[in-house]
Amino acid sequence: MNARKVRARVFQTLMIFSLAVSMGVLAWLLISTFIDGIPALDAKLFTNPPSSLPEEAGARPAILATLYIAVLVLLFSVPIGVGTAIYMEEYAKKERWYNRFLEVNIQNLAAVPAIVYGILGLAFIVRGIGVGRVLLAGALILTLVVLPTVIIASREALRAVPDSIRQGGYALGATKWQVISKQVLPASIPGIATGSILALSRAVGETAPLLLIGALTYVAFDPTILGPFTALPVQVYTWVKLPDAGFQQLAAAAIIVLLAIVLGMNAIAIFLRSKFRQKW
Amino acid sequence: MSAQSLEAAAGAVPTSLRSSRKHYGEKVIQVLLGLCALVSIVTTLGIVLSLLVPALEFFAEVNPVDFFTGTTWAPLFEPASFGVVPLIVGTFSVTFWALLVAIPFGLGSAIYLSEYASPKRQVVLKPMLEILAGIPTVVYGYFALTAVTPLLRTLGLQVEIFNVLAGGLVMGVMLIPTIASLSEDAMAAVPQGLRDGAYGLGADKLQVSTRVIVPAAMSGIIASFVLGISRAVGETMIVLIAVGQQAKLTFNPLEGVSTLTAFIGATGNGDLPTGSTEYKTIFAVGLTLFVMTLVMNIISIRLVRKYREVYD
Repeated sequence: MNARKVRARVFQTLMIFSLAVSMGVLAWLLISTFIDGIPALDAKLFTNPPSSLPEEAGARPAILATLYIAVLVLLFSVPIGVGTAIYMEEYAKKERWYNRFLEVNIQNLAAVPAIVYGILGLAFIVRGIGVGRVLLAGALILTLVVLPTVIIASREALRAVPDSIRQGGYALGATKWQVISKQVLPASIPGIATGSILALSRAVGETAPLLLIGALTYVAFDPTILGPFTALPVQVYTWVKLPDAGFQQLAAAAIIVLLAIVLGMNAIAIFLRSKFRQKW
Repeated sequence: MSAQSLEAAAGAVPTSLRSSRKHYGEKVIQVLLGLCALVSIVTTLGIVLSLLVPALEFFAEVNPVDFFTGTTWAPLFEPASFGVVPLIVGTFSVTFWALLVAIPFGLGSAIYLSEYASPKRQVVLKPMLEILAGIPTVVYGYFALTAVTPLLRTLGLQVEIFNVLAGGLVMGVMLIPTIASLSEDAMAAVPQGLRDGAYGLGADKLQVSTRVIVPAAMSGIIASFVLGISRAVGETMIVLIAVGQQAKLTFNPLEGVSTLTAFIGATGNGDLPTGSTEYKTIFAVGLTLFVMTLVMNIISIRLVRKYREVYD
């Protein structure tokens, strides 16, 4: 082999290696967390409230709160996100300054650190309008955190519908909204669903903004929408901070539950995308 | 038949192609969709207001020069000291180690996925990267604290329990998908003709990748780095769990430090009385963080637009 071929081979190996690093770390993370958490992963984790005794403690209020939050975020973020996407793709005149501003604004919001949304929640929702540190406030803030993701994914799905579909609708005398609601939107549902599920999984795993609106608290009862709450990732953080080995184990067990929810959603989204990918 | 008689045959010809009937429902829907879009504008406005008002009150009490140049951060002590430099140094110290991992491995993954992997492999490998991107940051924090720090100690590094190195390296792994997928998008947008031309001149994959594709996709690649930095600067949970909350002015990766985000996360959940200087500190630090990430995000958005304009 000449030097050029050796160089090419070495380079290719390095590129494969750099991808393998991520996969290796992913495997290491999953395996070590499982080994830590399996002993504490029992029925008690799902039925008991937190406790100062690791052998008594469970995460029932946190798991329930996370499920409630997921449902609320879905109800808030999908209509607003898809509505924004339809406005931007189907109605907005791109040359207007306010539409260009909207576009840059959403791209920037997608990259604003999550904890900054927490500050927004602290200032406006919790202390400003005085709703207090309740589950609804958490769901509202997480909705704002994931809204840009839903919008961007929905826009891509709408853009993928070819213009000939719209023109065909207009030619048959349909109004703009009839074309959108009967032709464009149904065709883009798989893409919108994929993006929404991915956004939702992000909301479920998000911790930092919830710290600021007071989810770092002891809740011994099943949560209500207008009551104090702690979410599953926040419960993990609470336990990680405690030095007792029993709590470290509980943290790992709670992480397994969290990963099962989050990665399950990811898997559904990836499946939907590959199954319904439409070639026009 | 003349044109006039045609018109007569068709009856009254509308002067425009617009529908003669008013569709009020259509207007209502357009307004509703516009209102949806307004939510994100109001969000930005809300963020700016919620940061700016208390931050300005803070700067009325604490000299901004002292804030941005002071090297002692002790806002909750008596006497309080509000020098934000240790938090900024801490933030960039963690970011440095994160980028040291994320840039080479992220870029390498992107080159492999775009230039080497067969479409079949791409279908398997890309979702794996997405899974990595989907792992909650609190899990990465736990992993850094309970798996990576002990490993560093086994390797003979004298790291403290909370240290920059473990948190930074794990944050780097977290950023690999961000850099890989954005760079890969940019490389995929390079026209096939450039590749074919280079292969036609006898170049091999190494030369095509490093001398044609990477330079051609450079603005997108830089955008991915900038976005990576922005995400590292804004990351909270890994720092809070594995790097610590002790504001020290040091570049030593073996020690723990605090960052802008860690301070906000650790202080914001407390019961600081609304209106106190300590409470307003959260917003001054938040504003610093927001402005830093805003600048990086805008640079990144512009760079992406640049390569899209050239190739799309």
